[in-house]
Amino acid sequence: MIAPKEITYAGGGALSAPPEESFVLNLGPQHPAAHGVLRILMRMDGEWITRAEPVIGYIHRMHEKMGENRTYAKFLPNTSRIDYLAAMHYTHAFVGAVERGARIEVPLRAEYIRVITSELQRIASHLVGWGAWIMDLGGLTPILYAFDDRERILDLMEHICGARLTYCYYRFGGLCNDVDDYFLQGSRDFVPYMRKRLKMYRALVTDNIILRKRLEGIGIMDAEMCRRYGVTGPVLRGAGVGYDVRRAEPYSIYPRFEFEIPHYPAGDSMARYLVRMDEMEQSLRIIEQALDQIPAGPIMGKVPRVLKLPAGDFCYAVEAGRGRFMVRIVSDGKDTAYRLKLRTPCFANLSPFEEASKGMILPDALAMLGSLDLVIPDIDR
Amino acid sequence: MMDYFFSGPGLAFTRLVIYLVAFLAFVGLNAAYLVLAERKGAGWFQRRPGPNEVGPAGLLQPIVDGVKLIVKQTIVPPGTDGLLFRLAPAIMLVPAFMCLATIPYAESVYGRNINVGLLMVFSFGSIGVFAIMLGGWASRNKYAVISAARIVSQNIAYEIPMLLVVITMLMVTGTMNLQEIVGQQAGGFWHWNIIKGIWTLTNPLMPVTFIIFFICMLAETNRAPFDMAEAESELIAGAFTEYAGFSWGLFFMGEYANIVVSCSVGTILFLGGWQSPIGVLSGGAWGLLWFFAKMYLLIFIVIWIRWTFPRTQFYGLLNLSWKILIPVSLFTLMLTGALLKLPLLLRHIF
Repeated sequence: MIAPKEITYAGGGALSAPPEESFVLNLGPQHPAAHGVLRILMRMDGEWITRAEPVIGYIHRMHEKMGENRTYAKFLPNTSRIDYLAAMHYTHAFVGAVERGARIEVPLRAEYIRVITSELQRIASHLVGWGAWIMDLGGLTPILYAFDDRERILDLMEHICGARLTYCYYRFGGLCNDVDDYFLQGSRDFVPYMRKRLKMYRALVTDNIILRKRLEGIGIMDAEMCRRYGVTGPVLRGAGVGYDVRRAEPYSIYPRFEFEIPHYPAGDSMARYLVRMDEMEQSLRIIEQALDQIPAGPIMGKVPRVLKLPAGDFCYAVEAGRGRFMVRIVSDGKDTAYRLKLRTPCFANLSPFEEASKGMILPDALAMLGSLDLVIPDIDR
Repeated sequence: MMDYFFSGPGLAFTRLVIYLVAFLAFVGLNAAYLVLAERKGAGWFQRRPGPNEVGPAGLLQPIVDGVKLIVKQTIVPPGTDGLLFRLAPAIMLVPAFMCLATIPYAESVYGRNINVGLLMVFSFGSIGVFAIMLGGWASRNKYAVISAARIVSQNIAYEIPMLLVVITMLMVTGTMNLQEIVGQQAGGFWHWNIIKGIWTLTNPLMPVTFIIFFICMLAETNRAPFDMAEAESELIAGAFTEYAGFSWGLFFMGEYANIVVSCSVGTILFLGGWQSPIGVLSGGAWGLLWFFAKMYLLIFIVIWIRWTFPRTQFYGLLNLSWKILIPVSLFTLMLTGALLKLPLLLRHIF
């Protein structure tokens, strides 16, 4: 007979449930809190979780393999389908890796527009994550406010590249279209509008006592645990580590802008929440600066007709909406990659769930799952 | 022949038929149109139009939904406890009907004027929890069973402060007859129990008592932010997960009927029932108007709360009851008792 594991429960002292008194709860792959097709195999003792094992792979689409058997240009649209809520960041990483390998110069105007669109994308991504998370907690209204704001961003994106969700706006060497005054003015108007909205969200949601009680002290992941699992993004910054790829491994023209890396030491769900809210404000700051400085000029650099990367190993990491996204291309000199590795943040961010949810009550575990802001296709690739 | 129905024992029969028809229609229409009001209200809070396609301004939507639910197959999944599974929706709805029979909607509009009306409302009101518990248990679904376990502890926790509040009110009013309780509050809003206690010094904490009543009411009717039993992002649909078609519809109707009952009781106990808030324009049809105005205002607040706040933590919910509501309601109970007896004591001494 196997002795039951001793588990300290969040609610009190150590309890141990014999196997015949616990049950398995199969949460997902179709469950409202799974946000897609995540399955979590939970062993429960009443409402307490003794073990929660995420089962992934339900939306595995072989993106890495697809990247290895088609040319770089043909694979480019795929990158925006990995994390569909932060498509700009993902195309940015892939485009950046290829540019680094092929030594393509990107004009300054294109870099500015990339920063503006990337930061708009970050706000849009955080808004969806925020709204969906509050919906997990039972607040059904904020998500519609968030979608209302996001709609403005999507309209701007649609204006410049035609797509609303899975953009293919960044191209090797620049962008596919130049932006016009409509976009620039729209982005400029968006900044004060969004600041006003963020203030309203603080009053409506952040300061709400019920929300604070549900998030404060729930799902603590300290810096050490985050390090062990390779957690990045707002989840890591919520553990007090001010790691942001935009600062740690500067790319594009981010060093030109002044912005802070918000981080909170508490490591609980509330810290992760506050990091995201502050990040939206910092993104607005970057957009404002970029709009002031944006130069005139071409938007496309010199790109060879047949794109071949020299033999070698090329990496490019960006700070995507959910953390560090890195593309690694191992090239053997052909027009396709020998090996394409996509380092996606959600896979790493989900990994500590099993350890962190031990001994938690079900609603708290789901509140913590929401705080990780997972996009399931990004986990499975 | 016709005389039989309007005199003697026949009259009672006629009253019964009229009551049954009227209340079935009342509960059915209330449930249907409160759903519409809820969805419209949600749309309003969320800056979207809400249902507006079926009929003028979406007014026929609840009818269509009702027909849809009736014609849908009632699925009893294999492995369930068939009897309890079928019985639970009825247990949900019937007590609400019984409660509505005692509610005085106006001076002369009521089902039964019972001397222990208040007691009857709360005794039947407590049966509703059995429905969710039995439905969840009979479903043989893990989510439903968790929900059933939750509803029991939630209801035990919130019955206590609710009844303490009711005892406080009983001490103030001195009667369990709902019609008499309303009668005591005649003559303007300052005579309503929620305010009267302040200036007559029977219980200066009466507004607090009302808030406790309102919170308990939300918890007892499983409304957000206390909708633990039907926490859709955690338990799919809680105890109702396995229900389909009209058996699910009955649960839904029961939920709204319970809201109507609770808001009616709140109106009667604290807000003067069918009494006019300004003293004039009372009596007859005006009473009906005032009563429904107050009741639907409370229901609107219930809807407003649901679409504004996130759900509470489960143990936070229990802590709120055991650590805050029960001590505070006990305190108001003792305060009321002391203040009521103080004049007698003083007269005795001096």
